[in-house]
Amino acid sequence: MGNFPFVVAMLLVILGLYTLLFKRNLIKLVIGASLIETGVNLFLVALGYRTAGIAPIYTYAPPALADRMVLPTPQALTLTSIVIGLATTALLLSFAVVIHRHYGTLDVREVKELKG
Amino acid sequence: MNALSVHAPVLLVATPLLAAFVVPLVAKLGSTVRNAVVGVFTLLTASLAGLVAANVLAGSGAPSVYVFGASPLNLTLPSGMHVPIRILFEVDGMSAFMILITALVAVAATLYSFSYFKEHSGGEMYYPLLFLLLAAIFGMEETGDLFNFFVFLEIAGIAACGLIGFRPWRGRSQEAAFKTMALYTLSGLFVLIALGLLYGQHGGLNIAYLSSRVGAEMLDLVALGLLVVALGMKAGVAPMHMWALDAYGEAPAPISAVLVASSQASLYGLFRVLFTLFGAAVSVAALGWFLIALSVLTLFVGVTMALLQKDIKRLIAYGAVSQIGYMLLGVGVGFTTSGSRPAYGFVAMQGGIFHMVNDAACIGLLFLAAGAVHRASGTRDLNRMGGLGHDMKWTAALFAIGALALAGVPPFNGFSSKLLIYESSFAASPILAAIAILSSILLLAVFMKVFQAAFLGPRLLENVREASRGMLVSMLMLAVVVVVFGLFPGFFVDKLVTPAAKALWLGRDAYVRAVLGG
Repeated sequence: MGNFPFVVAMLLVILGLYTLLFKRNLIKLVIGASLIETGVNLFLVALGYRTAGIAPIYTYAPPALADRMVLPTPQALTLTSIVIGLATTALLLSFAVVIHRHYGTLDVREVKELKG
Repeated sequence: MNALSVHAPVLLVATPLLAAFVVPLVAKLGSTVRNAVVGVFTLLTASLAGLVAANVLAGSGAPSVYVFGASPLNLTLPSGMHVPIRILFEVDGMSAFMILITALVAVAATLYSFSYFKEHSGGEMYYPLLFLLLAAIFGMEETGDLFNFFVFLEIAGIAACGLIGFRPWRGRSQEAAFKTMALYTLSGLFVLIALGLLYGQHGGLNIAYLSSRVGAEMLDLVALGLLVVALGMKAGVAPMHMWALDAYGEAPAPISAVLVASSQASLYGLFRVLFTLFGAAVSVAALGWFLIALSVLTLFVGVTMALLQKDIKRLIAYGAVSQIGYMLLGVGVGFTTSGSRPAYGFVAMQGGIFHMVNDAACIGLLFLAAGAVHRASGTRDLNRMGGLGHDMKWTAALFAIGALALAGVPPFNGFSSKLLIYESSFAASPILAAIAILSSILLLAVFMKVFQAAFLGPRLLENVREASRGMLVSMLMLAVVVVVFGLFPGFFVDKLVTPAAKALWLGRDAYVRAVLGG
């Protein structure tokens, strides 16, 4: 049970990689990137979690519970990573919109002026 | 003055960051005011970069630490702590060297942009993105914290892709920007997984702290593999170089030059990971041969594919990819021979690192000249150009300087660093030296073809005008660097390259001690 979140996180990353590598639709590529990012975020949060943990706030925590606090750093990392993920997803989607406007398609096989 | 000098490392990141948010506001007052503000901020950033580098090089490249919010500022472990928990910048000889390269390219690119973008609108979006990119590159080069590095890496990626796709009326630029962004996202997430693994194992993200803790365990090696793949991808190392061609080829010309500096910052991250983070933990020789294999592949792909190109900027992009091969070759040979023949290894390191500044100057010069050619002739197709030298004498001369330097012809700077690489890689294996020299010869052939096709022969195009004065001055600036570094290589190797190479090669202990004490 303890490793279950990590297994799920790796599954998400692998699914995302599969989508990114083998799908032909630009929107699906963005979904793939987003899946990987979700997997990584889950990995980070799971890394800092403790069973029956409490929030890492020292001020009101009973001293007896101090060793049951979850790790705060991975949560801070995850927050930052979510913000960055939002920016990259938005940027990727806006490029996809402009590409669709130019070529009339989202199929990568038809958007390939750059080759060689 | 003293306070300025103490806080210079953080101001170097804060100044372009501030500029990125000030410029859109003052852009409302018209393009003259905007350009003046952009110019002032660029010069300010460049002088701060000079100050940071001068401070570090005055201490012959020993690492100096800047801890955020601490008093005194080099207090890394307050009151009996064993783990540095504050965010800190750590600048050593290698960081200082990279900062100088970035500042050089930044000044040239901004000056060039003033006249390049004269007719286009959109400057109020262009300069903020450029400043964001610069802030992120400086951050990557200064930070002593892996998560910080990741954040700056992502900022650089987002700003760079915004600039690559800056001209949305060109479909191809959007295609390039999408591809690049997808790859940058992937590599950023790989870095993040590696960070998670390292944090889970050792409970810290400070590079010096991690360096004292990592071993050759399974999870550490997985993290190392992920970091090498991700940073190699962002630096444009073959076989993960495809984004670089599209990005360099389709970005506006000054941005292509800055992207070279951005890729080099990723390469710096790769070196930092290999030498400082994992310097004591992994087998040096095996990693060295791995780097050499990558470098030979990069050289081969870059040079042979350049032979086939008809688009002038895409051709230079292949040249840029091949130059990354030279840097990796130098450092890889340094890695492999560090145990058996340290004297040769150090020369190889010097060559690889010296080649970074030479590459930034001559590839930057070529991209800027190609931009001027594109602007004047309206095409990037080499088959439709010809005889531009009749009307663009200065651009032709500057392009020739860049091309000869890239191909490693004396007395230009490419020769001096490549010579160091040739003679030291010969010690590792004569075949490597032969490959490196052969690549240079092929590059010379490629660029002679380009020069002949674009500038010589009868006039094919009417109404071609010389590049504007601002563009010429910025190209001239890089050309002066190319020539001066080529004429006095000994001076620059002594003053700049040796501290950088020492900081990487022998500086791991000093780097760790600066944070953890002892």
